[in-house]
Amino acid sequence: METFLQQMVNGLTLGAVYALIALGYTMVYGIIQLINFAHGEIFAAGGYIGVITLSFLQSRGVLEAHPTLGLVLAFALAMVYCAFLAVALERMAYRPLREASRLSLLLSALGMSIFFSNGMMLCQGVYDKAYPIQLYSTGQFTVGGAVVSYIQVYIFVGALILMTGLNLFVNRTRLGKAMRATAQDKVMSALLGINANRTITITFVIGSVLAAAAGVMVGLYYGSVRFDMGFIPGIKAFAAAVLGGIGNLTGAVLGGMIIGIVEVFAAGYLASEYKDVFAFIILILVLYFRPTGIMGEQVDDTRV
Amino acid sequence: MRKELVKFAVVMLWAFGLLFPMLGAQIGFETFTFEWGRLVRVMGLVAVAYGALAAQRALSAHRKRSHRQAGPGLAERVPPLWGWGILAAVALVFPWFADNYARDVAINVLIYVALGLGLNIVVGLAGLLDLGYIAFYAVGAYTYALLNTHFGVPFWLALPIGCVISAAAGAFIGYPTLRMRGDYLAIVTLGFGEIIRIVLNNWDRVTEGPNGILGIKAPGLYYPKLSEAGLTLGHVYIKHLTWLYYIALVIAVLTIVGVNRLDHSRVGRAWVSIREDETAAELTGIDTLRMKLLAYMLGAVFAGLAGAFYAAKVRYVNPSSFVFLESALVLCIVVLGGMGSIPGIILAAAAIIVLPEVFRDLELYRMLAFGGAMTLMMVYRPEGLIPARRRRLELHAREAFAEEEGNA
Repeated sequence: METFLQQMVNGLTLGAVYALIALGYTMVYGIIQLINFAHGEIFAAGGYIGVITLSFLQSRGVLEAHPTLGLVLAFALAMVYCAFLAVALERMAYRPLREASRLSLLLSALGMSIFFSNGMMLCQGVYDKAYPIQLYSTGQFTVGGAVVSYIQVYIFVGALILMTGLNLFVNRTRLGKAMRATAQDKVMSALLGINANRTITITFVIGSVLAAAAGVMVGLYYGSVRFDMGFIPGIKAFAAAVLGGIGNLTGAVLGGMIIGIVEVFAAGYLASEYKDVFAFIILILVLYFRPTGIMGEQVDDTRV
Repeated sequence: MRKELVKFAVVMLWAFGLLFPMLGAQIGFETFTFEWGRLVRVMGLVAVAYGALAAQRALSAHRKRSHRQAGPGLAERVPPLWGWGILAAVALVFPWFADNYARDVAINVLIYVALGLGLNIVVGLAGLLDLGYIAFYAVGAYTYALLNTHFGVPFWLALPIGCVISAAAGAFIGYPTLRMRGDYLAIVTLGFGEIIRIVLNNWDRVTEGPNGILGIKAPGLYYPKLSEAGLTLGHVYIKHLTWLYYIALVIAVLTIVGVNRLDHSRVGRAWVSIREDETAAELTGIDTLRMKLLAYMLGAVFAGLAGAFYAAKVRYVNPSSFVFLESALVLCIVVLGGMGSIPGIILAAAAIIVLPEVFRDLELYRMLAFGGAMTLMMVYRPEGLIPARRRRLELHAREAFAEEEGNA
């Protein structure tokens, strides 16, 4: 029972991170039907900006005095950076291909993914960059025998705040309404005066901001970041998005949680060296039996 | 002009903002230094690249306005039959004028020609994005490695077995995903490639894990021999690179001929029609699922062939030869060469394997360049270096027709 609870806590933490990344995939796929392969690299870039900010503050002696401020700054800068990165990515690699075939767009995305991950490797080296986490990893408490560290609480609460913010944005603001309209019917919404290009850029920016936050969270959780850390979580988050029903925000969160929990339990109870395999198996099973995902409505040909 | 300058300034500022934390920050153990030199150099490169792209754009706009046609491409300038003849002659005599290093590189080129053309069936002809292609290469390599080390199966027998098992793996992974339309296939194949690698890495009892399998026999050569026991079959192992080169050449030529015949067959046309419009293809009576599955399995067969040869050549396999990077490399060959274009893919395979050998110092930048090139190709020249005629017509119909009228 104690192990079960402990695994549950770890699974929820990991799931929250996957959910944040999956949201970006699902939003972009919902609006331009593109698997944004570079999304995983944006997540990794967020992790890097987080470690750069924290190390800079630490080297100036600010971090010891104001650890919370440092953390907030790391998140904020990572999110801003990835927003700018996403705009550049969309401008360079996706916008010129708006009318091109789906295959061209996918290949362009893949090229950018390879370009970014190798770019980060050349900039920051092949080795792990350690987060100065000793400031944050001290506290923990126990619930029914399961040890919960403060970092896990921060991650979970942080993810919840971001998701709530996203939900409010998509459902309550004009821009959110424009996003939903563009995702439903690009031509019709353009006729009604919605600037499709701007809406698509905003979608990219929001997805990337969430991924950046996830990147910093992963850095804090595991204590380090690496240039290729976006690859596997990227695929898993996409699996989560498909599991939840692609294009559906609630589904992406649910799918992320499920993938995270399944992965932790499978690693704990079955075989830890195969932990990366389970997400793919789930993905294939979903495509076999329920291609629309958990929350997905019956989608027509243009969407799937 | 002023508008251009403002745009340039914005791009440079944007690039600076993105590059300066990544390039400048040097994080050590509890230390932080900032390096300006590298940042300045890369910003210079960005400025040059932007200038080149802007000039290219201005030039092509000018060309369009003055209705001048671009000169005939490389493919048109060389008469096709002549070109193939020269290529074949050079390929045949090559190992006699080269050292072992060059032969080794040439064998690699031939392996990647086979891989590129195999993937071309899936991506170029049928329009399905396969990101785990190297998994079938791994299946072929490990099939031969395991059959040979455990049961002593000779290379020539293992070759067809490897093809069959690769095809079966292709059917197994293709069936659930190919029923879907669109691009889920890309992500599933990516996942499948990773699964294969993880299994190879961890299934120690069978695959020896990351240590790999040692002691694989080279391909054998059989010849009749007179001995005391009468007429028997003699047997030598082909280890010399010259002879291995010829086996690779045979495999590559087989692939070239096979893919060419497929391209011009009913099946090839069915694939192209699926690529262009799946609904229309289905309405004209094409069994799209079967055709897609066939494309996927045939692609796997060629990869399996190349994989078995690779295992026989190196006589050692380990999982690190079958990472995602390799899949990306093969995909790069197909994209750069031109999807559906056989000469293009041969040229691209040669370029992608030989160039990094020539520019050894720049090896670190290899994948960066390939990734960037992939996106640039898609944006500026989606038909590839040597476009397949069909695809060029489809992407630049008006210009191509005008050019052909001019030639006639």
